[in-house]
Amino acid sequence: MVEVILNIAMVIIGLSFLLVTVRFIIGETVVDRVVALDTLTVSTIGLIVMLAHFFGRVIYIDVSIVYGILSFIGVIIIAKYLEKSL
Amino acid sequence: MGYLGILGALITLTGALFILFAAVGLLRMPDIYNRIQAGTKATTLGSMLTLLGIGLIHPAWLLKIALLIIFVFVSNPVSSHVLGRAAHHIRVPLSSRTVKDQLAESESSSTNEQEVSE
Amino acid sequence: MSYTFIVIIMGIIMLVMAFTAIYHKNLKVAVIASGIISLFASVIYIFLAAPDVAITEAAIGSALTVVIFFYVLNKIRLTDDTK
Repeated sequence: MVEVILNIAMVIIGLSFLLVTVRFIIGETVVDRVVALDTLTVSTIGLIVMLAHFFGRVIYIDVSIVYGILSFIGVIIIAKYLEKSL
Repeated sequence: MGYLGILGALITLTGALFILFAAVGLLRMPDIYNRIQAGTKATTLGSMLTLLGIGLIHPAWLLKIALLIIFVFVSNPVSSHVLGRAAHHIRVPLSSRTVKDQLAESESSSTNEQEVSE
Repeated sequence: MSYTFIVIIMGIIMLVMAFTAIYHKNLKVAVIASGIISLFASVIYIFLAAPDVAITEAAIGSALTVVIFFYVLNKIRLTDDTK
Protein backbone atom coordinates (compact mmCIF):
# COMPACT_ATOMS: atom_id res chain seq x y z
CA MET A 1 0.00 0.00 0.00
CA VAL A 2 2.67 2.48 1.06
CA GLU A 3 4.93 1.50 -1.84
CA VAL A 4 2.10 1.91 -4.37
CA ILE A 5 1.23 5.42 -3.12
CA LEU A 6 4.89 6.46 -3.13
CA ASN A 7 5.32 5.16 -6.70
CA ILE A 8 2.36 7.29 -7.78
CA ALA A 9 3.90 10.32 -6.05
CA MET A 10 7.21 9.72 -7.86
CA VAL A 11 5.45 9.59 -11.26
CA ILE A 12 3.64 12.86 -10.42
CA ILE A 13 6.95 14.55 -9.62
CA GLY A 14 8.35 13.31 -12.96
CA LEU A 15 5.40 14.88 -14.81
CA SER A 16 6.06 18.19 -13.03
CA PHE A 17 9.70 17.99 -14.23
CA LEU A 18 8.42 17.82 -17.82
CA LEU A 19 6.11 20.84 -17.36
CA VAL A 20 8.85 22.96 -15.78
CA THR A 21 11.18 22.03 -18.65
CA VAL A 22 8.58 23.33 -21.12
CA ARG A 23 8.61 26.64 -19.20
CA PHE A 24 12.41 26.68 -19.38
CA ILE A 25 12.31 26.25 -23.16
CA ILE A 26 9.67 28.91 -23.92
CA GLY A 27 10.50 31.37 -21.12
CA GLU A 28 10.90 34.93 -22.34
CA THR A 29 13.44 36.35 -19.86
CA VAL A 30 16.35 35.04 -17.80
CA VAL A 31 14.34 35.40 -14.58
CA ASP A 32 11.80 32.86 -15.92
CA ARG A 33 14.62 30.37 -16.37
CA VAL A 34 16.00 31.04 -12.89
CA VAL A 35 12.56 30.42 -11.38
CA ALA A 36 12.41 27.16 -13.36
CA LEU A 37 15.82 26.18 -11.94
CA ASP A 38 14.66 26.94 -8.40
CA THR A 39 11.47 24.90 -8.84
CA LEU A 40 13.42 21.96 -10.28
CA THR A 41 15.87 22.02 -7.37
CA VAL A 42 13.23 22.10 -4.63
CA SER A 43 11.27 19.32 -6.36
CA THR A 44 14.48 17.30 -6.61
CA ILE A 45 14.97 17.59 -2.82
CA GLY A 46 11.62 15.82 -2.33
CA LEU A 47 12.50 13.22 -4.96
CA ILE A 48 15.86 12.42 -3.32
CA VAL A 49 14.22 11.92 0.09
CA MET A 50 11.73 9.54 -1.56
CA LEU A 51 14.66 7.63 -3.08
CA ALA A 52 16.19 7.44 0.40
CA HIS A 53 13.01 5.65 1.51
CA PHE A 54 13.05 3.28 -1.48
CA PHE A 55 16.72 2.28 -1.12
CA GLY A 56 16.58 2.34 2.68
CA ARG A 57 19.79 4.34 3.22
CA VAL A 58 19.84 7.45 5.39
CA ILE A 59 22.94 8.93 3.75
CA TYR A 60 20.91 10.02 0.71
CA ILE A 61 19.30 12.74 2.84
CA ASP A 62 22.74 14.36 3.18
CA VAL A 63 22.79 14.79 -0.60
CA SER A 64 19.56 16.76 -0.46
CA ILE A 65 20.87 18.92 2.42
CA VAL A 66 23.90 19.84 0.27
CA TYR A 67 21.50 20.52 -2.59
CA GLY A 68 19.36 22.93 -0.61
CA ILE A 69 22.28 25.00 0.71
CA LEU A 70 24.16 25.27 -2.58
CA SER A 71 21.17 25.99 -4.81
CA PHE A 72 20.17 28.81 -2.44
CA ILE A 73 23.64 30.35 -2.88
CA GLY A 74 23.43 29.93 -6.67
CA VAL A 75 20.05 31.66 -6.96
CA ILE A 76 21.24 34.54 -4.75
CA ILE A 77 24.38 34.99 -6.91
CA ILE A 78 22.36 35.00 -10.17
CA ALA A 79 19.88 37.54 -8.77
CA LYS A 80 22.72 39.79 -7.57
CA TYR A 81 24.30 39.56 -11.04
CA LEU A 82 21.03 40.58 -12.72
CA GLU A 83 20.68 43.45 -10.27
CA LYS A 84 24.24 44.68 -11.07
CA SER A 85 25.22 44.64 -7.38
CA LEU A 86 27.47 41.57 -7.15
CA MET B 1 4.28 -0.20 9.49
CA GLY B 2 0.68 0.42 10.46
CA TYR B 3 -1.47 3.50 10.22
CA LEU B 4 1.42 5.95 10.62
CA GLY B 5 3.05 4.67 7.43
CA ILE B 6 -0.16 5.01 5.39
CA LEU B 7 -0.71 8.51 6.82
CA GLY B 8 2.84 9.46 5.84
CA ALA B 9 2.36 8.06 2.33
CA LEU B 10 -0.84 10.09 1.88
CA ILE B 11 0.92 13.26 3.08
CA THR B 12 3.72 12.56 0.59
CA LEU B 13 1.17 12.16 -2.20
CA THR B 14 -0.37 15.52 -1.23
CA GLY B 15 3.05 17.15 -1.40
CA ALA B 16 3.71 15.67 -4.84
CA LEU B 17 0.35 17.03 -6.02
CA PHE B 18 1.33 20.49 -4.74
CA ILE B 19 4.57 20.25 -6.74
CA LEU B 20 2.54 19.34 -9.85
CA PHE B 21 0.23 22.33 -9.25
CA ALA B 22 3.29 24.56 -8.94
CA ALA B 23 4.54 23.32 -12.31
CA VAL B 24 1.14 23.95 -13.94
CA GLY B 25 1.06 27.46 -12.44
CA LEU B 26 4.58 28.11 -13.69
CA LEU B 27 3.39 27.17 -17.18
CA ARG B 28 0.06 29.03 -17.22
CA MET B 29 0.59 32.31 -15.36
CA PRO B 30 0.74 35.43 -17.55
CA ASP B 31 3.49 37.38 -15.79
CA ILE B 32 6.93 36.84 -14.30
CA TYR B 33 5.84 37.98 -10.83
CA ASN B 34 2.85 35.62 -10.85
CA ARG B 35 5.18 32.84 -11.96
CA ILE B 36 7.54 33.54 -9.06
CA GLN B 37 4.56 33.46 -6.69
CA ALA B 38 3.22 30.17 -8.07
CA GLY B 39 6.53 28.45 -8.55
CA THR B 40 8.07 29.22 -5.19
CA LYS B 41 5.31 29.25 -2.58
CA ALA B 42 3.54 26.10 -3.78
CA THR B 43 6.87 24.32 -4.19
CA THR B 44 7.87 25.21 -0.63
CA LEU B 45 4.65 23.74 0.77
CA GLY B 46 4.86 20.66 -1.49
CA SER B 47 8.47 19.92 -0.61
CA MET B 48 7.81 20.36 3.12
CA LEU B 49 4.82 17.99 2.98
CA THR B 50 6.86 15.41 1.06
CA LEU B 51 9.67 15.52 3.62
CA LEU B 52 7.19 15.33 6.53
CA GLY B 53 5.52 12.26 5.00
CA ILE B 54 8.80 10.38 4.62
CA GLY B 55 9.66 11.40 8.18
CA LEU B 56 6.41 9.85 9.42
CA ILE B 57 7.18 6.61 7.57
CA HIS B 58 10.69 6.42 9.10
CA PRO B 59 10.57 8.02 12.58
CA ALA B 60 14.30 7.34 13.13
CA TRP B 61 15.23 9.81 10.36
CA LEU B 62 13.08 12.58 11.76
CA LEU B 63 15.97 14.72 13.08
CA LYS B 64 17.71 15.15 9.72
CA ILE B 65 14.38 15.66 7.98
CA ALA B 66 13.40 18.35 10.50
CA LEU B 67 16.69 20.12 9.75
CA LEU B 68 15.93 19.95 6.02
CA ILE B 69 12.35 21.21 6.53
CA ILE B 70 13.60 24.18 8.57
CA PHE B 71 16.18 24.98 5.92
CA VAL B 72 13.69 24.86 3.02
CA PHE B 73 11.22 26.93 5.05
CA VAL B 74 13.82 29.64 5.70
CA SER B 75 15.73 29.78 2.42
CA ASN B 76 13.12 29.41 -0.30
CA PRO B 77 11.02 32.57 0.42
CA VAL B 78 14.26 34.56 0.70
CA SER B 79 15.38 33.47 -2.76
CA SER B 80 11.93 34.20 -4.21
CA HIS B 81 12.00 37.70 -2.71
CA VAL B 82 15.47 38.40 -4.09
CA LEU B 83 14.40 37.16 -7.54
CA GLY B 84 11.31 39.35 -7.57
CA ARG B 85 13.34 42.37 -6.52
CA ALA B 86 15.90 41.71 -9.27
CA ALA B 87 13.12 41.32 -11.85
CA HIS B 88 11.59 44.62 -10.80
CA HIS B 89 15.00 46.28 -10.83
CA ILE B 90 15.80 45.30 -14.43
CA ARG B 91 12.27 46.34 -15.44
CA VAL B 92 10.71 43.15 -16.66
CA PRO B 93 7.32 44.33 -17.98
CA LEU B 94 4.27 43.62 -15.84
CA SER B 95 1.12 41.96 -17.13
CA SER B 96 -1.47 44.10 -18.90
CA ARG B 97 -4.01 43.29 -16.18
CA THR B 98 -1.87 44.71 -13.37
CA VAL B 99 -3.77 47.28 -11.33
CA LYS B 100 -1.19 48.81 -8.98
CA ASP B 101 2.62 48.86 -8.70
CA GLN B 102 3.40 50.10 -5.21
CA LEU B 103 7.18 49.57 -5.38
CA ALA B 104 7.61 51.89 -8.39
CA GLU B 105 5.35 54.50 -6.76
CA SER B 106 7.30 54.42 -3.47
CA GLU B 107 10.64 54.64 -5.31
CA SER B 108 9.52 57.65 -7.35
CA SER B 109 8.01 59.40 -4.29
CA SER B 110 11.18 58.82 -2.23
CA THR B 111 13.36 60.34 -4.97
CA ASN B 112 11.02 63.35 -5.10
CA GLU B 113 11.31 63.81 -1.34
CA GLN B 114 15.09 63.70 -1.57
CA GLU B 115 15.06 66.36 -4.26
CA VAL B 116 12.75 68.55 -2.18
CA SER B 117 14.88 68.19 0.97
CA GLU B 118 18.03 69.03 -0.93
CA MET C 1 8.46 0.70 -13.24
CA SER C 2 8.42 4.21 -11.80
CA TYR C 3 12.24 4.08 -11.56
CA THR C 4 12.39 3.55 -15.33
CA PHE C 5 9.93 6.40 -15.90
CA ILE C 6 11.90 8.84 -13.75
CA VAL C 7 15.24 7.89 -15.31
CA ILE C 8 13.88 8.20 -18.87
CA ILE C 9 12.38 11.62 -18.10
CA MET C 10 15.63 12.84 -16.58
CA GLY C 11 17.63 11.56 -19.57
CA ILE C 12 15.33 13.39 -22.00
CA ILE C 13 15.60 16.61 -19.96
CA MET C 14 19.41 16.28 -19.84
CA LEU C 15 19.54 15.92 -23.64
CA VAL C 16 17.29 18.96 -24.15
CA MET C 17 19.36 21.03 -21.72
CA ALA C 18 22.60 19.97 -23.44
CA PHE C 19 21.31 21.16 -26.81
CA THR C 20 20.11 24.39 -25.17
CA ALA C 21 23.55 24.93 -23.63
CA ILE C 22 25.23 24.49 -27.00
CA TYR C 23 22.92 26.35 -29.36
CA HIS C 24 21.31 29.14 -27.31
CA LYS C 25 22.33 32.70 -28.18
CA ASN C 26 22.13 34.07 -24.62
CA LEU C 27 25.14 33.11 -22.51
CA LYS C 28 23.39 33.20 -19.12
CA VAL C 29 20.73 30.75 -20.30
CA ALA C 30 23.49 28.38 -21.44
CA VAL C 31 25.15 28.51 -18.00
CA ILE C 32 21.84 27.82 -16.21
CA ALA C 33 21.15 24.91 -18.59
CA SER C 34 24.53 23.36 -17.75
CA GLY C 35 23.61 23.70 -14.07
CA ILE C 36 20.40 21.74 -14.67
CA ILE C 37 22.41 19.00 -16.45
CA SER C 38 24.56 18.59 -13.34
CA LEU C 39 21.45 18.52 -11.12
CA PHE C 40 19.94 15.54 -12.92
CA ALA C 41 23.30 13.81 -13.33
CA SER C 42 23.55 13.89 -9.53
CA VAL C 43 20.14 12.21 -9.17
CA ILE C 44 21.23 9.54 -11.66
CA TYR C 45 24.36 8.92 -9.55
CA ILE C 46 21.99 8.31 -6.62
CA PHE C 47 20.15 5.71 -8.72
CA LEU C 48 23.53 4.04 -9.32
CA ALA C 49 24.05 3.84 -5.50
CA ALA C 50 26.98 6.28 -5.29
CA PRO C 51 26.03 9.01 -2.79
CA ASP C 52 29.56 10.39 -2.43
CA VAL C 53 29.83 11.04 -6.16
CA ALA C 54 26.36 12.58 -6.03
CA ILE C 55 27.40 15.00 -3.25
CA THR C 56 30.51 16.01 -5.21
CA GLU C 57 28.55 16.49 -8.43
CA ALA C 58 25.92 18.59 -6.63
CA ALA C 59 28.52 20.77 -4.93
CA ILE C 60 30.83 21.35 -7.88
CA GLY C 61 28.74 20.94 -11.00
CA SER C 62 25.46 22.45 -9.94
CA ALA C 63 26.60 25.24 -7.64
CA LEU C 64 30.28 26.15 -7.87
CA THR C 65 30.44 26.18 -11.68
CA VAL C 66 27.38 28.43 -11.94
CA VAL C 67 28.68 30.77 -9.23
CA ILE C 68 32.13 31.10 -10.84
CA PHE C 69 30.65 31.60 -14.31
CA PHE C 70 28.40 34.42 -13.09
CA TYR C 71 31.26 36.00 -11.12
CA VAL C 72 33.39 36.11 -14.28
CA LEU C 73 30.47 37.33 -16.41
CA ASN C 74 30.07 40.15 -13.89
CA LYS C 75 33.76 41.02 -14.23
CA ILE C 76 33.70 41.19 -18.04
CA ARG C 77 30.31 42.84 -18.43
CA LEU C 78 30.46 45.36 -21.28
CA THR C 79 26.96 46.37 -22.33
CA ASP C 80 23.52 46.56 -20.79
CA ASP C 81 22.53 42.96 -21.46
CA THR C 82 20.27 42.01 -18.56
CA LYS C 83 17.36 40.63 -20.48
